[in-house]
This record gives sequence, C-alpha cells and structure tokens, in this order.
Amino acid sequence: MSSENEHTGDTGHGDNHHPAHLAHHFETPEQQFESGKLGMWVFLATEILMFGGLFCAYAIYRGNHQDVFLYGYGALDKMWGATNTVVLLASSLTMAWGVRAAQKGQQKLLLTMLLLTFMGGVGFMCIKGVEYKAKWDHHLFPGTMNAFYYEGGQPKYPEKLEHAIAYIDGRNLGGEAHGGGGHAPAGHEAGDEAAPQEDSHAVEHDGSQVGDEDARHLGSVSPVIIPAVFGAPADVSTIKPPASPADMGVNDAVIDQAGAVSMPSAQHTQVLWNDLSGAEQKKVHLFFGIYFMMTGLHGLHVLIGMVLIAWLFFKARAGAFSKDYFAPVDIGGLYWHLVDLIWIFLFPLLYLIH
Amino acid sequence: MSVIQDQVKSGGYGGQHGPGETNYINHSKGVLSWLLTLDHKRIGLMYMVAVITAFLGGGLCAIALRTMLYLRAAPDVAPITAGTQDLYNQLFTLHGAILVFMFIIPAVPAILGNMILPLMLGAKDVAFPRLNLLSWYCYMAGATLFLYVLLSGGLDTGWTFYTPYSTSTTTSVAAATMGAFVLGFSSILTGLNFIATIHMLRPAGMGWFKMPLFLWALYATSIIQVLATPVLAITLLLLCAETVLHIGIFDPALGGDPVLFQHFFWFYSHPAVYIMILPGMGIISELMATFCRRQVFGYSFIAFSSIAIALLGFLVWGHHMFTSGQSAMANAVFSLITFSVAIPSAIKIFNWLATMYKGSISLATPMLYALAFIWLFTIGGLTGVFLGALSLDIMAHDTYFVVAHFHYVMVGSMLTSFIGGMYYWWPKMFGKMYNETVAKIAWGLIFVGFNLTFFIQFIAGSQGMPRRYADYLPEFAFYHKFSTVGSYVLAIGLFVVLFNWIHSLIYGRKAPQNPWGGNTLEWHTSSPPPHENFHEDPLVTEPYEMRAWDYDESIDGYVFDKDKAIELDQQSHH
Amino acid sequence: MNAHTNDDHGIGHVSPIWMLLGVFALLIFFTVLTVAVTYVDLGPANIWIALAVAVVKGALVGLYFMHLRYDSPFNSLILVGAFLFLAVFIGIALMDTGEYQQNISPPDTVRPVAG
Repeated sequence: MSSENEHTGDTGHGDNHHPAHLAHHFETPEQQFESGKLGMWVFLATEILMFGGLFCAYAIYRGNHQDVFLYGYGALDKMWGATNTVVLLASSLTMAWGVRAAQKGQQKLLLTMLLLTFMGGVGFMCIKGVEYKAKWDHHLFPGTMNAFYYEGGQPKYPEKLEHAIAYIDGRNLGGEAHGGGGHAPAGHEAGDEAAPQEDSHAVEHDGSQVGDEDARHLGSVSPVIIPAVFGAPADVSTIKPPASPADMGVNDAVIDQAGAVSMPSAQHTQVLWNDLSGAEQKKVHLFFGIYFMMTGLHGLHVLIGMVLIAWLFFKARAGAFSKDYFAPVDIGGLYWHLVDLIWIFLFPLLYLIH
Repeated sequence: MSVIQDQVKSGGYGGQHGPGETNYINHSKGVLSWLLTLDHKRIGLMYMVAVITAFLGGGLCAIALRTMLYLRAAPDVAPITAGTQDLYNQLFTLHGAILVFMFIIPAVPAILGNMILPLMLGAKDVAFPRLNLLSWYCYMAGATLFLYVLLSGGLDTGWTFYTPYSTSTTTSVAAATMGAFVLGFSSILTGLNFIATIHMLRPAGMGWFKMPLFLWALYATSIIQVLATPVLAITLLLLCAETVLHIGIFDPALGGDPVLFQHFFWFYSHPAVYIMILPGMGIISELMATFCRRQVFGYSFIAFSSIAIALLGFLVWGHHMFTSGQSAMANAVFSLITFSVAIPSAIKIFNWLATMYKGSISLATPMLYALAFIWLFTIGGLTGVFLGALSLDIMAHDTYFVVAHFHYVMVGSMLTSFIGGMYYWWPKMFGKMYNETVAKIAWGLIFVGFNLTFFIQFIAGSQGMPRRYADYLPEFAFYHKFSTVGSYVLAIGLFVVLFNWIHSLIYGRKAPQNPWGGNTLEWHTSSPPPHENFHEDPLVTEPYEMRAWDYDESIDGYVFDKDKAIELDQQSHH
Repeated sequence: MNAHTNDDHGIGHVSPIWMLLGVFALLIFFTVLTVAVTYVDLGPANIWIALAVAVVKGALVGLYFMHLRYDSPFNSLILVGAFLFLAVFIGIALMDTGEYQQNISPPDTVRPVAG
C-alpha cells in the first residue's frame, strides 16, 4: 500500500516542486483544481437529469390532470415553503462567502461560514420536518399510507379520506394561511339553492354556465350515495359524494348547453373535492406521491450536503485549507448551491400552483 | 515542435526493460494492495475478473434457455420440461439483466477503457482515482444485490421491468432495481472520470484531433453514461417506491400511467444501446489502423460520428414503444429520427472499409474480430433500419426478429469488438502473448456459432415466433433446434477463448513492448506497464503514424525509431 | 463593504462581498415576487411567470454563487447541456402523453380540447 501515493507525489516525475496537496498524476495545482471542478459539474449534470425524471413525472401529471394538482397543493403551506426558500438561499450565501474566505485564507471566517451553512441545512430540514408532520397528521403520506389511496375502485381508508377532504377543502377555501377546516364565509351563488348542505362547495365559480350546470347536477345527487361509496357513514355537512355519475356529467353538460367549451379549472382558482371528476379523485394520491418523491429526494440531498459541509468544517478546523488549496470547499460549495438551485424550481412548482 | 525537442533533450527513449523491472502487477503484493488500489490498471483488471464472471453467469442462463427450447421440440422428452415455464421466465430475465447491466455496459469502458485510456493519453492515472475505485465497489455492490435476487426467488419481469407487471409480481423487483441503480452509479462514475480525464489530462501536443479514435468513442460513451444513466436511476427509484409504497405513478390500477414508465425506461435504455456499441466501434477503429498499417481513413468523420450517434441516440427512444400505446404523432417522429442514426453508423463502416482498401492487411486475431464486427454490425444495423420502419415494426415487434436484431448488435458486434480489443491489448495488459492458432480457431467457432444461432432467428421471427415464450408451435421446432445447436458452437468458441487467455497467462511467451506496431501511446511503454505507466514521458505524434516503428524479428515485435518519428512529425507540420 | 474586485491570485475567482450580498438581495426579492404573483390570477400565465422567475433565480445562483460567469465556459456548457437534454426528455414525453391521454383515461375524465 505504500505505493498509493495520492499525497506524496514522489513518483519520480517532474523536478518542479510538487505541493503536498497535489495528486501525483496532475502537473499543476491549477490543473487539479480545474479537473475537480469539471468533475463536479459533470456530476451536477447527472443530478439535474436525475431530478429531471421527477420534474418530468410532475409535468406529465400536472399537464394532464391540472385539477388534481390544484386540489392537492392545498395541503401544502406556501409560507413554510417560502421560508424554506429563504433559509436555503441564505445558506447558499454563507457557502459562497465561505468559499471567498477560503480563497483569501481567512480561516476563522471560513469556519463561521461553514457553520452557518450547516445551520441553514438544519433549519431547512426542521421546517421540512414540521411540514411532513402536518402531512402525517392528516394522512397524506405517499402510497398506501395516503388517505386518497384507492383499492379496487374504493377508498381504502374512508374515515381518513373524509378527514383529508375536509382538511384540504377547508384550506383551499380559506387560503393556505388558515389551518385545516377553514370555511369560506360567503359566495354560494349557485350551490346554496340547489345543495344547501354543501358547506364547502366551490365558491368562486364566477363562470355562470359552470356554476349553473354544476348546481343542477349536484342538486340531483342524493347524499344517500355517501355511505354506499365510502362503506361507512360520513359527515354530510362536509363531504359530497365522490366518483358519482353526476360529476361525469358536469363537463359534458357544459359543452352541450353552453355551446362553448370551458375548462372549470380556468374559471376558478380554488378546486374542491367535488370539482374533481371520479377518475381525478382517484389520482389525488399521485400528487402526494410526486410531492414526497421530489421533496424527499431533495431532502436526502440536503442531508448529504450537510455531511459534506460538516466534513469540510472539520477539515478546515484541522487547517487543511489555505489560499493555495481550497478546492474541496469550492467543489463542496457547488454541490450545496445545486441543492439550492433545485429547490428554487421545486418551490414554485409545488407550493405556488395556481 | 518545441515539445518534441524538449523531450529529445531530456534523454534516451524507453526501449526494452529488463526482467528485474517491476510492473503494475507485481509492484506491490497482498490482497489489500489490490482491494485498495487507486491504480487504473489494477482497477481495470479487477473489473475484468468481475465482468467476465458476470458474463459467464449470464451466458450459462442463455445456454439453459436454448436447451429448454430444444427439449420442447422433442415430444418424447417433453415431460422433462413440463412446469418449467416459470424457470424459463426467470432465466431470460436474469440472462438479460445480468448481461446488459453487468456485462455489456461496463465491459469495454470499465475494463479496456480503464486499462488503456490513461495510457493512450500518456497520463499517470485517470483524473479521479478514488472515484474510479468507488465505481468498482459500486459494481460489486450491484452484483451482490443481483446475487441476492438470484437466491431470493429470482426475477421474472424481463430486464426491462415493464409496469404494471413489475409492480404486481412477487419476485424480487425491489432488490433488482436497487441493484441496477447501484450499477448505474458505477457506470456514471466511470463516465465522469473519463470526461474529466480526456479534458484535463491530455498531454502537451495532443489536441482533440490527435486523440486516438478509441478515446473519441469513450468520450461519446461517457456523455451518454452521464446524461442518460441518472434518468434510469430515478426510474428505478420510482419503480422501487412503486413496489414498496405503491405511489401509483406507473400503476394503472392506481391512476398511474404504465406507458410513462416506458418513456422513462427507454430514455435511458436506448442511449444505453450506444453505451454498449460505441466503445466497441472505437476499438474497431484502432484495430483497423494498426492491422492495415494505415492512417484511419476519414479520422474526423469517425470521431464526429461517435458524437453524433451519442446525441442522436437521445432522440429515438420511442421506437421501442411503437406498439405500446404511444401516440401516432410520437411514433412518426421517432421512426423518422431512428432512420437518421443509420447515417453516422454507416459513415463509420464506409470509413473502415476505405481504411482497408489498399492497406497492408495482417490477419492477426484482433483483425479477424474487426472483420467479424463489420459483418455482424452491418446485419444488425440494417435490420435495425427495418425495425425503425413503423409499419414493419408493428408486425415484427416482440418477435424473434427483434431478438436476432439486437443480438447481432449487442452480442455479435459488441462481443466481437470486446474480444478483439482484449486480444489486441492482452500483451500490453499482461506482458504475455497468446497462442495465435488456438485464438483463430476460437474466432472461427464464435463467428460460425453466432451466425448459426441468430441468423435463423430472423426467419423464425418473420414467421411469427414471439419472443420470451417458453413454448412454441410445432412449425417453429426446426428453427429452435437449429439455433440451439448454434448456441452450443458459440459457447464452445467462447470457452476456447477463455482457455486461450488462461493458457497465455501461464505458458505465454513474453510479449514485446509493441507486438503490432501501433503508435498510440500505450505502445510507448513496456508490457506490462510500470506502476506509474511510463518510464519517461512518451513522444506525442500523430496517433496513426506507424512508420517510425520497425519490425525486429528477434523479439517478434516493433522497435521505435525516435529520430525517424521526430522527422516524420516535422514533415507533417510543414 | 470593501470591494475587492481584483484580488485574484491565480486559482479561481474571488467574489467581492458586495456582489454576494447583492445577489442574495436579488434572490430574496424574486422569492417575494414569485409568492406575491400567486395572489393575482393571471390564468395560465401564472405558471410561466413562476418558472421564469425560477430561471432568473437559478441563473443568479449559477453565475455568481457558483462562479460560472468567471469559470471555464465548458462548465456552463455542461449545465446548459443538461437542461437541454432534460427539455428533450420532458418535451417529448409531455407531447406524447398529452396525445394519448384520451386513449387511456376513462370517459368521465376526457376533456374536449378547446378549439
């Protein structure tokens, strides 16, 4: 093993002086520095394409099932998302500042900046934890854990579904700043007369055609369906029958009677459970699958970045870096910035759906 | 010019080195000196052992498959194979998955690329030796996961893991996807390393267009490895989440879209076909130049066609999905772009043929493999054009026609170029010559055996024999029996190659520094190279300027005339 | 703030503090902007505005925090190349799934194409 001289640089080539941090197969520190950077950039390209797959899944489901996303995003908290964006941006700033400190040989400042960056990661993960906790409380974890999970065409967890619908409908009506269960104060133009029991039904149907047709069909549905569909009694004041033929009729009727085609989702900003067609209702859990895959993989990258920064911190404390050798800080920084960069795209796509 | 003169001043040129010299193999001893090595040559050798073992495993699956199909044809022994359909499904899955992920993709880049790329650059190592070692460990971890799959109930999805079957079968899909995921990392790390190495460690005097064509091919391959493999990674991650958590993205029962899985899968796996074939094409370019003793005809065309294949390869994935419910519009677009891939491939073939024209061809074993490559790749490539045609593909999809087509490319072409490359660089890697007669016999068995096995499958497929079936109608019996006999011949040929190699390691004559007269930089060092690759910095000239190497009968190899090389180099600059 | 604009010493580009803080301020400004825009209903334009803002923010991070502006252009090419290939992947997959959507969705989800 004495032969593996990464750091000894004494393989007998070159009479020019070979600094200790220069690996034996590089000629100059610049060549080594640029190689490391190039390697990291290539690696970042792979990261972009890996996340790209998730963005692709996102684009396809959002593109083809607009309302599912408009509905599901109601469970997310815009303000937590924005706060996390600021936290991550700030940690990017401190990281860039840390690279500057390393380049200038400011040892103390470098340590401070690395620590602050690490704390940024901690802050981000804590906020993410708070958000995930809320999802857990409202049965919104992905896959079979999700309240919107259907099995054989039936909701797997009727009670949880009921709860989740109330939660998201409430948030969608009251805006994301409200907690769960918020209700809109006014605006039941059409829904009121035809289906007075529908406390939480679409309030901002300003396209009158849609509203009228909606109301006509909704009015024709008996709440009695609910137990039949859910297999359990449901709270009629908050839940409307999902997946019923009436919902199928909505869109058709819009075309038939109005003569013009209108997309309900373009007409109002808040989508409620009953605005979704039967098939769309069965796709709501997909939104959470995508949300958790995207934020989960991103969170994993934050964790890896934090390990990297901790490693840099201890190396820096041991005095490994100097004006002439700071490549690991710079390259580690690139990784951290990429994690930030991906969040910059995740944030509007997940939290700011409109 | 000034570079060359500096080198001349720096002293005499390498030449022969005595038997007392250490080389990279005996440089240090002990298992740990191998397992913890950062030397690209040793990592290449460790890859060689692992990859060839995987090849053996995947190949034995193939022989078992062919044997089962043969026995189906014999009514009197039919009971033997009764109830073996599940086994058949598992075997073709493992055959495909092992050979694709663990043999074809890493074979040339990870073995020959690792071994030769830094040498061709006159460099001491790849840019990131530690990542290189990590890549080997990723490979071993992925292989271990596949071994686990093998022992824990197998896998019966086919190597493509198509949903929704893969999310509903009870076999070890999660472990297999994780295995392929980790193997993907190994592939990414190799590609990343090669890109950085080619960019940063080219020696003074070697511009991009003075690089050997093998390096162009590896560079193009690395682009694909880096850009496509991450998409496979996320696909497999999603599939794993799908099987474990049932997130539903690919599962129609949960509102997901199974065709989307195919988009994801083939966005990687079609470019991956070029990961398999491009490095092989690079080898062929080297063999053509050396064994025709000629400058490669159309150097820049061959170089750019590698890049063109790599980039176009990303635009044709939908031709695997013509019958999968893909939209008519996408079908038409993908069919059209698919034809365009034929152009850079044909450019290569024509340039190789033009290189041979009026060349002084020596039919050494590596060159025989190069010739076999041209034959097999032409058949494989042209039938690919058939299949790219939308209407014909509707008929031939999922038949033995497709099986024959991709075996001609992925086995016929890739395997012959790999074995050709191994024979070509074998003396450099181990410092031993092999038995030329046995090597030629093995070549004949492989070439004949391969064509016997697979050519008839074109016919069976066009008659309607579907792929991946454990059983068939009586009228297909002849084709299957014929093909199985061919596969035995092929297998015997491959074992003779293995015997030939092992024999050479033990009894082989000591190899000269340059047995073939090639001028790429790996021939400018001893065989096998020392730990630090070169005793002194090699002289960088035109890669295929071979006139400065003179044959010396006493060592049955070529000796470098440095003054002549400098003179020739100066002539080429004026 | 001390503006060291020219304290290069061979390896890498040293970003002046005012630039780091300026970029950070811009990033925060754009974050506020992108949240604020969601309170205005601009129909389908909203998503494109959000994405455009994200691209600007990403470009700021890339160019200044990641030093791309002062780096070898090849590193930028890698980044742009990655996004280009991603665009091909997402673009074609989106086009195709949009086309075949009507074939795979149950009848109640088929929305007539606006025309």
